[in-house]
Amino acid sequence: MIVLLGVALVVVGFALRINPLLVVTIAGIVSALLGGVSPLHILEAFGSGFASSRSITLAFLVLPVIGLLERYGLQQRAKTLVSQAAGLTAGRLLLVYLFVRQLTAAFGLTSIGGPAQMVRPVIYPMAEGAVMRSHGRVPEPVTEAIKAHAAAADTIGVFFGEDCFVAIGSVLLITAYVDANYHLKLDALQVAIWAVPTAIAAFLIHGFRLLRLDARVAAMMADSPEQPASAQ
Amino acid sequence: MIGAEWIYWLCGGFFFIVGVQIAFDREHPKRWTNAIFWCLLGASLCAGSFVAGPAGSPAALHPTIPSWLLGGAVIVTALIAGFGLTGPGTVRTTTEAEREASAARRRNLLFVPALTIPAVTVLIAIEGGRLSIGGHLLLVAGTQTLVGLGVATIAALVVGWALLRPKNPAVAFTEGRRLLESIGWAALLPQMLSTLGLLFTQAGVGTQVGVIVHHIVPEHSRVLAVIVYALGMAGFTLIMGNAFAAFPIMTAAVGWPILVQQMGAHPAPLFAIGMLAGFCGTLCTPMAANFNLVPPALLEMRDKYGQIKVQIPTAILLLAVNVCFMLIFPFR
Repeated sequence: MIVLLGVALVVVGFALRINPLLVVTIAGIVSALLGGVSPLHILEAFGSGFASSRSITLAFLVLPVIGLLERYGLQQRAKTLVSQAAGLTAGRLLLVYLFVRQLTAAFGLTSIGGPAQMVRPVIYPMAEGAVMRSHGRVPEPVTEAIKAHAAAADTIGVFFGEDCFVAIGSVLLITAYVDANYHLKLDALQVAIWAVPTAIAAFLIHGFRLLRLDARVAAMMADSPEQPASAQ
Repeated sequence: MIGAEWIYWLCGGFFFIVGVQIAFDREHPKRWTNAIFWCLLGASLCAGSFVAGPAGSPAALHPTIPSWLLGGAVIVTALIAGFGLTGPGTVRTTTEAEREASAARRRNLLFVPALTIPAVTVLIAIEGGRLSIGGHLLLVAGTQTLVGLGVATIAALVVGWALLRPKNPAVAFTEGRRLLESIGWAALLPQMLSTLGLLFTQAGVGTQVGVIVHHIVPEHSRVLAVIVYALGMAGFTLIMGNAFAAFPIMTAAVGWPILVQQMGAHPAPLFAIGMLAGFCGTLCTPMAANFNLVPPALLEMRDKYGQIKVQIPTAILLLAVNVCFMLIFPFR
């Protein structure tokens, strides 16, 4: 029972807003020690755990290219491009992105899109350009909301798209874990197919919220004064 | 044969360059700790190729570096950042006006390098497995997507240099450093979380949770068992930031012994939906740093939890939907 102290440490550490990196490292060490794992084995777990999860880091490989393009005005161009397209609102644009992200991820193409490759350089500036076109200005709270929704559309799209693909990490993890521990022969395709209903539900729920984003932006526009109040 | 390891070295090299750049940056507020952080992280990424993974994972190239040594380096890196000794410096870049002028002049040409990345990645992911030289496959089987991403990045950089002709090609790395530094320590959190999952499993957290659940769930309440499984997946994912780490814990505690063995649920839909219930937890937790903290950092949002706040309503609704699905599909 005492090993659950590690879980509690994570919760408390987070509630106290201590740096998550510190919390996770210490909680891991503490629960392993409580569970009777030797210090050498703990060090080895950190080494092998890091080595086998390096693929997550590769997303940062695109940063030099994206940085270079930003230096030459990629974001500004994306804004201009959308501000010329009539009928394209921020909500509709993000809805289209959600759809494309989910669909491509469902075919295993998870590297189309992503916060570094698509959201920062292209999608968020385009959404902001759409607000600019219909409202003429983008006050700071609206910028924050647009950024948050652009990032959320990307994450939700890839999460609930990729599980419909047979050869993706989560599906492989399910079949590998269950087969190894419970002597089943689980068909990866079956697991992937049962992810489809949730994928559709995710699109309907989040898509509906994205369509309501335009009304929210309009309301935020009404709340924020046209110009900062200066003299009488 | 080109394998994923080459791409890790490329990425490690980029982090190393960033570390060295910071070491030469006299104006950086936390110059030396930042330099050490990025250099160590870069070196660890490269060294990972020579360390044996956990049991059951694909073997490393040549397991010549003891994994405890890498583990020590990783812990040091985590502590440097964990104690707040890192933080971004200021990188000289173009002004808003300069960018507007450049965008007006170059127009849609700017999208070409950006679109090169997905185009080349997908091409190699789909066709790369067939490339061969003298009868030998060019890429290591199963690594096409990762290799594709690496090759695509290089291709995009070359295209970018050719189209934009920066006076000094190295600006790509200073600009890359600007973005990487805004991500900062969050770059290491995902790996630490997967290690946490490993340690929790070794320490027997899953077994303990199973014991507790057996006390809570009445023998024959299917609805309650389903709810405990789904909410447990979401809850443990909230804590551990990773549905992959929660899955073995909750499946060993409830999914297999109660739902499959006692109540006869079909495994495929049960576990598929169980994992997706975990994903609903991922949407709500800052522990899932690479999904929920990195994008706000990259987008330079004022509220670093802004994305999570947007995702919570969708996550709650979707979790409810998943519970309903889990009550129906596995028990047809």
